[in-house]
Formats: sequence, structure tokens, C-alpha cells
Amino acid sequence: MISFWIILTGALVAVSAGLLGCFLVLRRMSMVGDAISHAVLPGIVIAFLISGNREPLTILIGASILGLITTFIIEYLHKKAKVQGDAAIGVTYTFLFAVGVILLSLFAGQVDIDQDCVLYGEIAYVPIDTLITASGINLGPRPIYLLGSLLIIIVLFILFFYKQLSLTAFDPGFASAIGISTVLWHYLLMGLVSITTVVSFQSVGAILIINFLIGPPSIAYLITRSLKRMLLYTVIIGILIAFFGYQIAAYLDVSVAGCMAVTTGIIFAACFIYTSYNAKMKKKDIIMNQIPVEV
Amino acid sequence: MQAIIDFFSFSDPNIRYVVLGSMLLAASSAIVGVFIVLKKKALIGDAVSHSVLPGICAAFLFAGNKNIPLMIVGAFISGWLAIIIIDFITHNSKIKKDAAISIILTVFFGLGVVMLTYIQHNGYASQSGLESFIFGNAAALIGNDVIVFSIIAIILVITVIIFFKEFELTAFDEPYAKTLGLPVSRLELLLTTLTVLAVVTGITAVGVVLMAAMLITPAAAARFWSDNIKKIVIISACFGAFSGLAGAFISYMAPAMPTGPWMVVASSCIAFFSFFFAPKRGSVFLWWHKRQHIKITDEENILKIFYQIGEPSGYFEGEYSVSKLMEKRTVNQDRFKLALKRLKSKDLIKRVGENWHLTKNGMKESARIVRLHRLWELYLTKYMQMPAHKVHENAEMIEHILTPELEKELEVQLGFPDRDPHESIIPRFK
Repeated sequence: MISFWIILTGALVAVSAGLLGCFLVLRRMSMVGDAISHAVLPGIVIAFLISGNREPLTILIGASILGLITTFIIEYLHKKAKVQGDAAIGVTYTFLFAVGVILLSLFAGQVDIDQDCVLYGEIAYVPIDTLITASGINLGPRPIYLLGSLLIIIVLFILFFYKQLSLTAFDPGFASAIGISTVLWHYLLMGLVSITTVVSFQSVGAILIINFLIGPPSIAYLITRSLKRMLLYTVIIGILIAFFGYQIAAYLDVSVAGCMAVTTGIIFAACFIYTSYNAKMKKKDIIMNQIPVEV
Repeated sequence: MQAIIDFFSFSDPNIRYVVLGSMLLAASSAIVGVFIVLKKKALIGDAVSHSVLPGICAAFLFAGNKNIPLMIVGAFISGWLAIIIIDFITHNSKIKKDAAISIILTVFFGLGVVMLTYIQHNGYASQSGLESFIFGNAAALIGNDVIVFSIIAIILVITVIIFFKEFELTAFDEPYAKTLGLPVSRLELLLTTLTVLAVVTGITAVGVVLMAAMLITPAAAARFWSDNIKKIVIISACFGAFSGLAGAFISYMAPAMPTGPWMVVASSCIAFFSFFFAPKRGSVFLWWHKRQHIKITDEENILKIFYQIGEPSGYFEGEYSVSKLMEKRTVNQDRFKLALKRLKSKDLIKRVGENWHLTKNGMKESARIVRLHRLWELYLTKYMQMPAHKVHENAEMIEHILTPELEKELEVQLGFPDRDPHESIIPRFK
């Protein structure tokens, strides 16, 4: 049962993050996702200090605000202060992450997170944190519910706003011409990325979440030319990574999240080699005219 | 307080080592960082710094203890491998660079974490030392380790000095460097190697997670203080050294504290200060400059109104009310009144009751602006072949920024003309 909960948690993280990650990869903004996932750390710690417990809602709000602030600072430094784009990302998130680590070590006694958790999460402890009703029925681990609701929100978000999300990713100029605000969708997407990072933080840590954000979508991107199939493959690959990652980790008695990252690498390598020998797939990109657009 | 005095007196040889070591390695990575930032490869630095973790762990597993030279070799190999794989992926598939960097970074880091937990769970006696490679601990720079890291740092600096001209050229203008016959791809390889080396020197003091910041943050900050690459390199090295000192100090004051984050915070503060307040490029400076320009534009436009009203009669000393002046131009009333006040304090206009008139200096100044406007219009029609009805808009902007030297140059080029393209007289006061 324990292994089932761990695999389910991993799969939920991988699928939620992967679905959002598809749009990051298409927008070529993987590194912004990377930056946000590092930068929410001080938000989590501060929310912890203020609320004094693992109250999910406070932490969610605190960290999401910080995620949006990160996005904003990067945009500001790049557009207004004329710092070149890659340096703006690098400077901003390393600074915020450093502040987070300092806060963690300063308030080590008050905050119930340690540095290992920041690095690779504690997915193995997920089954311990169970939700038990007043009558004593075990409803399963608490994080499952949080991650489950997040996944539902993300799926609904993508289903309802598929057109806006895909258009702003492929052709921002056209999108704004027909009245879709690229800025709004940019910030909505980044807001969801920060929320996902925070919710997944406990399970996989602040650094390895990028693997779940960018890994499965990139593999899917390699093997398909249609956005819809890319989303579908991302889900399948996410589940595979969670399953095999856990098996390897259990066998070697090592970090589960780390093994999931390594599994992503192996699957990526396999697909990369496969597509290299398959000239048809090699250079063809996902293109705009496959998205149905009604104007 | 006593501790601070103890630290800065450098009487303890251990402190001397730690301080010198951290300053040297922070400065050397900041120097290499300048070229990384100029070549827009900041995120590669990030990838390398995360990717050295499996190499460090492998060296530990191989040696069974904290063997620094072996770890450097391990870190070097895995960092190098990561860069090569990223390049290979971006060149041989449709995966974009950002995604390739993210994947390799996390897969390598994940592998490192797997090995790290393997080491922890298998109870290696001396594994505690490995922790300091994650977030850094400058106090761990002791004995021979300092010497090893310092040698690498010095090699880095010397290599950069030797290949300075080549790096400079490829950083600013790669195609030109190619036509000069420079081995651009081999230089690229050298820079990659230096990047990995710089990351490797920092792993003890800063840790692998935040080492990227020590490469790029001082360099990004230094970029705001100068356009001269030699100066940028020196400034960057100073910023780096200062953050190194800050890290060593924290390490001394609070030994349990990871030093990497403190170094990063120190250099980030310098960077944010530079982004906002650096002369000529900082955003506060740019904002102030823009405000100043708007003020001058407002003032000069008012002087021009006086000239325009007076021109038909040739009498420029007339007195006009604010509303009469404002008829000529649509401007914000508050801004208009403020500009009038500034002109008054500059003794260019005078107030009589409710009316305003130009002073002697004001007349000269207003004629100067009209002259610049008309000279520029003439220049545009004559040399840029622009039709006369299209030149006014452009002249409205340029008249405020033409310097006296440019004015003279225009006069000479145009042969001291009398009339502009609209047949208005170009005013010259003696």
C-alpha cells in the first residue's frame, strides 16, 4: 500500500507539472519555470514562519505570490532595467533561493523543513501524513488530496482555455491581434506553475520539480507533431516515470525523486536515439496550423 | 564585536587562508563569468554548477573519503559531459536550448541526489563533509585544499589574461573573429573548460546549487558600470572578491551557517544596486535622465512659442498671457506653468503682471532653437532626400539634442543657408 501511495503521489506531481510544462517548453520558457521553482522557497519559509504550521493554504498563497513576484522581477529587469534576459533569470532566482536557504538555517528550529527536503523532497514520508476522519476511517495520505485537486484544476484550465494557451504560445502576435492578452496568460500560466511547485515541494523538493515540469513534455515534444498528442504523451510518460522511478529507488534504497529524474533521463535518451534514426521525426516542429482557430 | 576585530585583524593564519581562498576563487569565477554573460550563456553556468554533483559523489564512492583532487577531477568530468550533451541535443534534435539545459541539469542533479542518498544510507563514516558541497562552507577550506583551489583559480586568471584579445573578439563579434582566422570553435571549447573549472573551484565555499550565481551575478553587475571590457573584468573581479570576503566572514561568525547563500546574497545586493543606480545605465539614472530631457524639451518649446508669435512682425519683446501662449501648443497646463517658472529662474523670460516676455538672453536662446530646427529640416531634405512636408516631426525631436558642435558642423555642411525648406528665415543673432 505504501508503494502505491508513493507512486500515485509521484504520478500526480509528474502529470500536473508536465501538462503545464508543455506550454513552458513551447514558449521556450523552461528556464523561467526553473527560476520560479527555485524562487518559491523563501515564500514557503516565510509562510511557515507566519502561520507556524504546515497549513497548506497559507503556504500556497505565500509561495504563489513569490512565484509571481519572481516572474515580475525577471520581466522588469529584462524590459525596464535592460539586463540581458538570461542574466536577469540567473541573478533573480539564485538570489531568492539563497534568501530561502538562509531563512531556513536561521529559523531551523521553527521551520519544519530541512535542507534535504529542499533538495529532493520527502516523497517517502507522504504515506505517513494520512487524513483520518472523526470516526477513525483512514482516507489515505493528505498530500494526495491536495495534488489531486491541483491536477483537476490544471486539467480544467487547459480544457477550457486550450485556444488561448496554444495561441499565445505559438503566435503571440496573432493572439493579441484577435484580442487575447499575452501578458494575462503569461502570468496565469506562471501563477499555476508556482502553485504546482509549492504543492509538489514536499514530495520532490524545489530543484527536482523542474525535471517534472520540463522532462516529460520534452520527451513528448520529441516524438510527436501535434499539441494534443504532446499533452497525452506527457501524461503517459509522467506515470511511467513515477512507476519505474519508484521501483529503482526501492531496489537501491535511495532518493525516490532523484530516481524519477534519472528515469526521465533514461526515457529521454531512448526517445532521442529512436528519433535520431527516424529521419521523419527529427527536425519537424509542432506547427501553428494544427490548432483549430475560429476568428 | 571582539569576533569581528579578530576576523579583520587576520591574526589567525587559518582565517587568512579561508579569506584569501574564498576571495581568490570568487574573483576568478567572476572573471570567467564576464565572458559567459557577454556570450549570453548565463544559463549554461547554471547547468554546469548543478551537473558537477554526480562527479563529486562518484569520486567519493571511488575513494571512500573526501579526497579533494579526485573530487575535482570527478566534478570536472561530469560538468564537461553535461555541456557536451546539451550541445549535442540542441544540434541534433528539435529540442530547444532552454529545454535541453533544464533536462540535463535535473537529470544530472537527480543522479547526484541518488548517489548522495546512497552514500548516506550506506553509512560512510566521513560523509558529513559531503554536505558542505551542496550549499558551501568556506570554513571547510583548510590546509592543502586551499592551495589546490587557489592554484586552479590562478590558472583560470592566467588563461583569461593570455587569451584576453581572442575572448574579447569572439564575445563581441563572432563573425568578425572568424574572418580574422581565429579558431572560434576551439576558443569556445576553452571557455567551456574554464567555466567548468570555475564551477569546480567554488564547490567547497559556495556549493553546487548556487555556484552559478558566483559566475554570472558579479559579471552582470559589472556590465552596468562600463562598456570597456577590461574595466568590466576588473570590476567584476572586485565584486566577486567582496562577496568571497562576505562569505568567509559569515563562515567565521556562524560556522553552522552555509556560506554559499550568503555570498550569493552579497553579490546579488551589489547587482541590484548596479541595475538601479549605476551611472549611465542604471534604471534610476535613466529615469532621471528622461525626466531632465522632458523638462528641457518643455522649456525650449515655450521659447519657440515666443519666437513664433513674434516672427511675423519681427518684434520679439511682446508680452503675452499664459492662455495666449498655450493656444499655440497643446501641452499639459501644470507642466507648462512649471516650465515657465524654470525659465524665469534661468533669466530667459520675465513676468510683468499676468504677462510674460522674453529677456535678451531668452531671445537669443529662442532663436537658437528655431535655428536648430530649421537647419535640421534643411539637412533632412538636402542629404536624406526627404520631402519638405515630412521633416517637421523629426526636427521637433532632434532640435532638443543637437549640440553646439553639431550645429557648427551643420552650418558648414549646408553652407550657412538663409532659408529652410519652408522658405522661413533661419535666424542668426550677432
